[in-house]
Amino acid sequence: MSAAGDRPPTAQADPAADTAPNGAGAKMLNVEGVSKIFGGLVAVDAVDFAIKPKSIVSIIGPNGAGKTTFFNMLTGLYKPSTGRITFDGRDITAKRPDIITAAGVARTFQNIRLFATMSAVENVMVGQHARMSGGLFGSVLRTPRVRREEKAVRERAREMLDYVGLRKDEFDQVSVNLAYGDQRRVEIARALASDPQLLLLDEPTAGMNPNESARLTEFMERLRDELDLTILLIEHDMKVVMGVSEHITVLDHGEKIAEGLPKDIRENERVVEAYLGKQSEN
Amino acid sequence: MSTLGDLRQKRWASWLPAVVALVAVFLFPLFFDPLDSQTSDATTALAYVVFALGLNIVVGFAGLLDLGYVAFYALGALTAGWLASDHFTGAGGDSGIDFGVSSFAASLPGIHLNFLLIVIGAIIVCAIAGAIIGLPTLRLRGDYIAIVTLAFGEIIGRVAQNGDEIKIGDYAFSNGRESISPIDQLNFPFVGEFDSATNVRPYFWAVFALLLVVLFVNLRLRDSRLGRAWVALREDEVAAVSMGVPLVKTKLMAYAIGAAFGGISGAFLGVFLNSVNANQFQFGFSIFILAMVILGGLGSIWGVVIGAALLSYVNSNLLPSLDRGFVGDFLTDAGLDFTLSQINFGIYGAILLLMMVLRPQGILPERRRKMELTEGIGGGDESLAKAKA
Repeated sequence: MSAAGDRPPTAQADPAADTAPNGAGAKMLNVEGVSKIFGGLVAVDAVDFAIKPKSIVSIIGPNGAGKTTFFNMLTGLYKPSTGRITFDGRDITAKRPDIITAAGVARTFQNIRLFATMSAVENVMVGQHARMSGGLFGSVLRTPRVRREEKAVRERAREMLDYVGLRKDEFDQVSVNLAYGDQRRVEIARALASDPQLLLLDEPTAGMNPNESARLTEFMERLRDELDLTILLIEHDMKVVMGVSEHITVLDHGEKIAEGLPKDIRENERVVEAYLGKQSEN
Repeated sequence: MSTLGDLRQKRWASWLPAVVALVAVFLFPLFFDPLDSQTSDATTALAYVVFALGLNIVVGFAGLLDLGYVAFYALGALTAGWLASDHFTGAGGDSGIDFGVSSFAASLPGIHLNFLLIVIGAIIVCAIAGAIIGLPTLRLRGDYIAIVTLAFGEIIGRVAQNGDEIKIGDYAFSNGRESISPIDQLNFPFVGEFDSATNVRPYFWAVFALLLVVLFVNLRLRDSRLGRAWVALREDEVAAVSMGVPLVKTKLMAYAIGAAFGGISGAFLGVFLNSVNANQFQFGFSIFILAMVILGGLGSIWGVVIGAALLSYVNSNLLPSLDRGFVGDFLTDAGLDFTLSQINFGIYGAILLLMMVLRPQGILPERRRKMELTEGIGGGDESLAKAKA
C-alpha cells in the first residue's frame, strides 16, 4: 500500500461531519483505511468510512469501482488486506460472516440469492438462525423450548413477509417460483429476520421499474423510521440515490473520491469525471 | 404447482404405509426358523440401512459427497472388537474388565462391555473421527471433498490392515487381516446375553431397534433448525453464512452425526459377524452404501431405507440365488467361468446407470432434490449430479 499522503484528497476530510440529522455523534459503523488486494489488483484502496445510527447512506461509483468488494468486507465474506472495521464499538475486522450477522449486520445480494427450493417462510426462518438456540439434542427430542422457538420463528417469518408486502398466498410458495419483485421482498425479509441494526442493500432496485423503485425508496425510509434501522446501499439508480440518501460516498477504482451531501456530490467535479470522463483541455 | 402446505398434508398421509411397513419388518423373523439364513440376511440388510441413513445426512442433507464412509464401519467395528473381546488380554487382570455382561463373558480376559456401552463408545469414536475427517474438507467444494474423504477412507482401511504392527502400549490397534475374534454375543442390561448360534432373531430385533432410533433422529433433524441450515448451506453457501449460519459448526455436525450412525452400525456388524478384520473395510463398501443412497433418492429418508434394503437384497439374496439357478446354469453352459456375485459391483454400476437415465432423483425422491435435478435450480452442488452420472 502506498502511504496515505500519496492519495488524492477527498472532498470531505471528516466523513459525515456535516450531516447530523439525528444529532447523534456516535458512529455505528467505522471503517478505517480498509483495503483489499487481489493479487496485483487493488480492489479497495485505503477507504475510510463511517455511518451514524438511523441514517440512510449510499455508496455509488462506476462498475468495477469496488463497491461490492467493500460490502463483502463489511459482512465478512472477504477479509480486508489492511484496515480496521468496528461496528457498534466492536472490532469486526475479518470476523466470520455468521458472527457479523449475529452482531447485527444483515445484507441482501446484487443478484438475488434466495434458497431456491425453500419456501418464502423457510427462507426467512433461516434468516433467524443466529437468533435461535435450538441445538442438536433439543431438536432430536423436540423439547418444549425448541417447539416454542420453532413456532415463534415461523410466526415471525410470516410477520416479516407481511411487513415487506408479500401476498399471504405466496408465503408457502417455493421461492424460485416467485416473481422477481417478490423475490427481492423475500430477500429483504430474510435479512430483516436476523434483527439487524445495520442493513446493507446491494443494488436493491436492480431490474425494477421507476414505480417499483419509488416504492422501495419509501420502504427504506419506513424501515429507518419504524425499525430504527441504519441502511447502507449500493445503488446505480441516481434518482433513488439522490432521493433517499442523507450522505453519499463515491468510489472509483477502489478509492474514495468524494463524499458528502447529495447536492454536493451532484456538483463534484471528480464524480462527474469518474462517470462521464474528463473534459478535454481545449 | 402445489404449495408446501399441500405437501405437508400429504406427508401425514404417508405415515400410514411407513408404520405398516415397519410393523411388517418387525414381524419378519417370526415367519422363518430362528436360524434361517433369511433372518441373518435381513439383519445385515437392516445394518446397511442404518449405514445408508448415516451417509444420507452427509451426502443427502448437507450435500457433502463422502466417498470414504467405510472408515466409520471400520472404526465402529473395531470399537466393538476392543470393548467386547479378549483383544486387550492383560487389561484388568485374569478375569478382565467387564460391565453388564453375562457371567461367561465376564470370566474371560480382556475388556467385555455391555452392547449399549459399545454403541455409545462407537458413537463417540466415530463422531470425533468424522469431525476430524471433515475439517480439511471445509474449504473445499464438490469433487474435491469427495477426493479428500476417499483418501481418508483408504487411510483408515490401511491403518486397520497394518494395525497389528501399530502398538498402543502392549496392545495392537487391530489384528490386521487376522480377525479380532471371537467378539462377545449381544449383551443387554436386564435382558442378558443372546446366542447367535441358536437364535438370530434377537440380533434382527436389536438392529431393528437401532434402525428405529436412527430413523427417528433423521426425521427430527430434517425438520429442525440444523436441517434447515444444512439445506441452506447446500443450496447457497455464501447466502447461508451471510444469514448467520456458522459454516464450520454446521458442516462438522453433518460429518459427525453421519459418522456416528456409521459407527453404530459398524459396532453392531462387528458383534453380529463375531469378528473384525481389515478385509471387511474395502473402498467398495463406501460405494455400495452411496449407491443405496442414490438409488433410493438423495436426501429422502424413506427412499434411502428402500434403496438400502433393495440393494442388500440383491447383494445377499438375488444374485446368489440366480447363480444357483438358471443364470448360473447358463453361464456354465456358455463356458463362462464367473458368477454374478463375483461381478456384483458391475451389476450395481449398471443399476446406477439405468437409474441416472430413467429416474435420476431416485426411487422415492426428496422434494428439494427432485427440484434441483429436474428443474436445474439451486445449483449449489453441481458436482453431486456429476458424480452420480
